[in-house]
Amino acid sequence: MRTRIVFATVLAVAAFAPLYLPPYELSLLARFLAFAVLALGISLIWGTGGILSLGQGVFFGLGGYAIAMHLKLAGADAGGLPDFMQWSGLDTLPWWWAPFRSPAVALAAVVLVPGAVAAALSYLVFRRRVTGSYFAIITQALTLAAATFIISQQQFTGGFNGLTGFTSAFGFLLADSRTQVGLYWITLAVLALAFVATRTLQTSAFGKVLLAIRDGENRVRFLGYDPLPFKVIAFVFAGVLAGISGALVTLDLGVISPAMFGVVPSIEMVIWVAIGGRRSLVGAIVGTLVVNFGKDFVSSAFPELWLYVVGAVFVLVVTIAPQGLVGLVTLRRRLPRAGVRTAAALE
Amino acid sequence: MTDGVAPLLSVEHVTVSFDGFRALDDLSFALAAGAVHVLVGPNGAGKSTLLDTIIGRVRPASGRVVFKGEDLARVPEYAIVRRGICRKFQTPGVLDALTIEENLRVAAARNRSAWHALRMGASPSERARTDEVLAIIGLGDRRNSLAAELAHGMRQWLEIGMVVASDADLLLLDEPAAGMTHQEAEATARLVRSLAGRHAVIVIDHDMDFVEQLAAPVSVLCMGRMLAHGSVAEIRANPEVAAVYLGRAREAGVAGA
Repeated sequence: MRTRIVFATVLAVAAFAPLYLPPYELSLLARFLAFAVLALGISLIWGTGGILSLGQGVFFGLGGYAIAMHLKLAGADAGGLPDFMQWSGLDTLPWWWAPFRSPAVALAAVVLVPGAVAAALSYLVFRRRVTGSYFAIITQALTLAAATFIISQQQFTGGFNGLTGFTSAFGFLLADSRTQVGLYWITLAVLALAFVATRTLQTSAFGKVLLAIRDGENRVRFLGYDPLPFKVIAFVFAGVLAGISGALVTLDLGVISPAMFGVVPSIEMVIWVAIGGRRSLVGAIVGTLVVNFGKDFVSSAFPELWLYVVGAVFVLVVTIAPQGLVGLVTLRRRLPRAGVRTAAALE
Repeated sequence: MTDGVAPLLSVEHVTVSFDGFRALDDLSFALAAGAVHVLVGPNGAGKSTLLDTIIGRVRPASGRVVFKGEDLARVPEYAIVRRGICRKFQTPGVLDALTIEENLRVAAARNRSAWHALRMGASPSERARTDEVLAIIGLGDRRNSLAAELAHGMRQWLEIGMVVASDADLLLLDEPAAGMTHQEAEATARLVRSLAGRHAVIVIDHDMDFVEQLAAPVSVLCMGRMLAHGSVAEIRANPEVAAVYLGRAREAGVAGA
């Protein structure tokens, strides 16, 4: 009950943000809340499932490109070709671009494409019982390959510059401040839904078994559970959240490019969750907001310092507070219990 | 052992080798539904390897394991468990991150597919089974404690409870009384005796006092082969068995001197 009151209060305070936040801060908050949707997925697979993915950027990018392709086609002039294709000397639209003229197809692709890629990747890798750092390395390699591929196919993908220059989305002018407020509310609603969905998944029997798989895949196997579908479902869920996050951020920023989903951003996404506390969904959201507002503050004052700051904070959190910021807050409450646990561990 | 009726489990001429070392050597063994059977033998005799082979953790080089008339050679581990075999491991394998009640719920679930687990709540029969087992293992008042907080003996009990909660037709208990006090071991023996009839049980142990309390037929394993079968008294009187154990003891004594 108390949790529900806190949840409703936070949601209400956030919903009125357009009334008390200046436009720039509101646009930042909108983007960071969209990032938090992705962070919830990382918290589920990593904090609950023990699956460390350094490739969430790929799913984020797929969602972002799906929506951006539609915006690009909707904003194209009479010839129907996006501007960068004309500059690259293309005179017909590639067949796989055409369906994205339909807003319904584009919105479905935001969910289905990242979901399908996550399903294929996780099924193939987890079926071979590849786990831990090997899985992390595979996902990182995949991220590098995806970014390199997008950059190399400039005439189809916009290359290094990505897809940008949108004027309107689904009939609303993106420059209009009312559209920005609307986008903020949509983002907030999506985050709230994603939070409830992830929480439901985490507290269900599915979540309990996933947690048990994290600690001992074999033990769970010998209790009659096949870990494979549990891990694949969780990974697909996280991939879909990342895709939705990518689509929202693309709408907020008006651009999606390889620099937004490559190796470095993908690692940063994990750092948000690590700093906030990977075992906790609230921690994932808090970490995302703290790190990103910190990044905005530090990099506007000292642009070259940011990577050192985030690196130092990450090392500090991992060594001193493995449960992250949220862990520090709840530590006091749990101290007596933690003492018992340590005593049990020493026996 | 079985006479006439088809056994629940039959291990037929199974050989398992690890880098040329024969952990199980042309071993055959059968068990009827509802029967309790004890396996004893010196360290390295192949007791745990036999359980590993039944549960699919180790696959035989030759021979086969037949459960309810089905050859388990190509059945994945989790599916073997779903056929009705559940194992308690030598080092307690409880799920540390879950509470005691959640541990039992996970073990008691009748439908163990991921899709089914997405639905909320447990069925009334699973809930009843969980409460029943909590009462049997005497952890009812600690149902919401994390398994990680339990002392060693309690962890053993919880894992035995999980195996019982699974309601499998064949329970494999690997040293269930290890690390327990005398009273705890006695209670464990009572529990195992009470399982007979409803479940077939294979117990591994080498504490003969504990084995005696089980009041069940005993087989002696030595170097991957069956050395002898009989009651505890017969096994104790068997000169071959004595030679194996005493021989070991003498070697150990010499090595120690």
